[in-house]
Amino acid sequence: MSAAIAFWILAIGAVSTALGVVLMRNPITSALNLVLSLCFVAGLYALLEAHFVAAIQVTVYAGAIMVLFTFVIMLLDLGQVQDRIGPPEGLVKAAVMGLLGIAFVVMVAKSAHLGITIPSTSGLTPANVARAGGNTRLVGELLFGPYLLPFEIAGVLLVVALVGTVVMAKREVDPRRRK
Amino acid sequence: MNPYLPVLVTFAAAFAVIGMFLFFCHAFGPKQTSKIKSDPFECGNPPSGPAHDRFAVRFYIVAMLFLLFDIEVVFLYPWAILFRDLGGLGIAEMSFFLVLLVGGLAYVWWRGALEWE
Amino acid sequence: MDVTGLLIVVGKVLFITFVVLNFGAIMTWAERKQAALIQDRIGPNRINIGGFKLLGLIQPIADGIKMIMKEDFIPAGAHKLYHTLAPAIAMFPALVGLAVIPFGPSFDAGGRHIDLQVANLDVGILFVLAVSSLGVYGIALAGWASNNKYSLLGTVRATAQMISYEIPMGLSIIGIVMTYGTLELNKIVDLQGEYFRLGGIGVLPKWGIFYQPLGFILLFTALIAETKRTPFDLPEGESELVAGYNVEYSGMKWGMFFLGEFASIVVVSALIATLYLGGWQVPYVHLTALPVLPRILLGLISFFGKVVVLCFLQLLIRWTLPRFRYDQLMDLGWKRLLPLAIVNVPITAVWLWVLGGFKLG
Repeated sequence: MSAAIAFWILAIGAVSTALGVVLMRNPITSALNLVLSLCFVAGLYALLEAHFVAAIQVTVYAGAIMVLFTFVIMLLDLGQVQDRIGPPEGLVKAAVMGLLGIAFVVMVAKSAHLGITIPSTSGLTPANVARAGGNTRLVGELLFGPYLLPFEIAGVLLVVALVGTVVMAKREVDPRRRK
Repeated sequence: MNPYLPVLVTFAAAFAVIGMFLFFCHAFGPKQTSKIKSDPFECGNPPSGPAHDRFAVRFYIVAMLFLLFDIEVVFLYPWAILFRDLGGLGIAEMSFFLVLLVGGLAYVWWRGALEWE
Repeated sequence: MDVTGLLIVVGKVLFITFVVLNFGAIMTWAERKQAALIQDRIGPNRINIGGFKLLGLIQPIADGIKMIMKEDFIPAGAHKLYHTLAPAIAMFPALVGLAVIPFGPSFDAGGRHIDLQVANLDVGILFVLAVSSLGVYGIALAGWASNNKYSLLGTVRATAQMISYEIPMGLSIIGIVMTYGTLELNKIVDLQGEYFRLGGIGVLPKWGIFYQPLGFILLFTALIAETKRTPFDLPEGESELVAGYNVEYSGMKWGMFFLGEFASIVVVSALIATLYLGGWQVPYVHLTALPVLPRILLGLISFFGKVVVLCFLQLLIRWTLPRFRYDQLMDLGWKRLLPLAIVNVPITAVWLWVLGGFKLG
């Protein structure tokens, strides 16, 4: 019962702040709305007993990625979006694409042919999770067990991003002598 | 009892304290605006130039690096808990990952992206 | 609806909020008195109520009244909502951080098992990390909302500083997690009650600092940098950017930044005491064997004693060391602390293996 109340509060919060991202004119307001939306989603993860993912969602997504976005908005001084009179251009195209996207997601969700089995979540009570050593330990057992290869690939991806950042950013600056 | 309930209570208390402080700000204290007071503060000089100038790209690099290393730290946490159970194989797996990241850091350092911050 | 349980929770929350706010206020006094002693002068000594000076302890109250009475003006062109929101967000981590920290041993009373910890989360330490990540937005908004290019410069530098030191912070804690095998802070404190044994006799308590001396130094440094205390307080550079990102703030809003910073000294001390100094454990005294009242008292005295010592240490560091230049500060974060923190992980792995194979013990 309390889980249902919590779910509705978090879900309505997440969706309304997500709408705020799109509908607000000031880019910083959009960014902050996105931070709030991510925090609400983290709450939803916590409701699903995925405590580790919830904490990481706040730390990395809301606390690192959005800080990057905020930096960019502040450094580039993006101004406010101008008001329009009448519906924005391409509204029909956007609506059609949106509906197609939703149809696609529904199709994928119903498909059983992707080779990924979604384990049943009925065993995920707080007592069971605590008895297994906590959510982080369970995530770890998966990460360093069956999903080891994706984990190492993620590491490679991070290094690629590191190299890419430096290459892209340094291109804008005059070539310096390496010390 | 759900462990997040005390967290919510703590948040409520924090909001109450913050609200109290903001109320104090607003309620007490005079309100006399004047042109001079409202100008941006520049140690007495008249405000010069727009408030937003162009900024060094270094700050963007720092933010990106922070993000990437934060993700690395996130992967280290479940490993740290399972460290004893995984034994030697676990150390090998994580060593590979760490070596990759250290290599990345070394590259970034060598290219001078960490200079003159 | 478990009313008594809820009341106990509310009681604990009120307690930690009270502790944070009061310690924060007392820290402002302690800082000035300690600075005075170090600099061979007296410090605040004019304030008195009816002739009772009380060593100037009334000073924080006077400061508070002064800040409340000041005009709260928002400069022209500044974004009103964010100008007000920024100090709120900046103060938030300090107020909430103590929620997962166990400040005393658990006991049974009236048929209930009561933990002296507000929230025993599955992911204990990560809660503190997550909340301090969000605190960055307070600083970011403060400078941006002030419509003042010096504020903006100060903010961008302050934010870059805070995020640079968040990584060594996260990495140093990895060592502790490896040692004790759990993220839950109450389990970490419980495990610090055991001893290294030499021939069957407990010689040294298994405190984090003995397992992780490097980690202790790294975390302490990173936390001092994160809370922007000297020698890392360039963003507030009193002699340079006036007050940096909070130059356009006055009265209670500035007071909120100020109090938030001092409250975070307390949270930092509490975190270090819990992870490295055994929390509420008293060395060589088995607290859980004692009856309830002495157990709670000893535990509380032990914990808050450690917190006070660490706060004193932070103030001492402030008044002893000169301020770092910004490039020195970033160098320290990325080129020294980060590699050291990464190296701490394999060192800890080897150290733990040497100490007893892969068993927890």
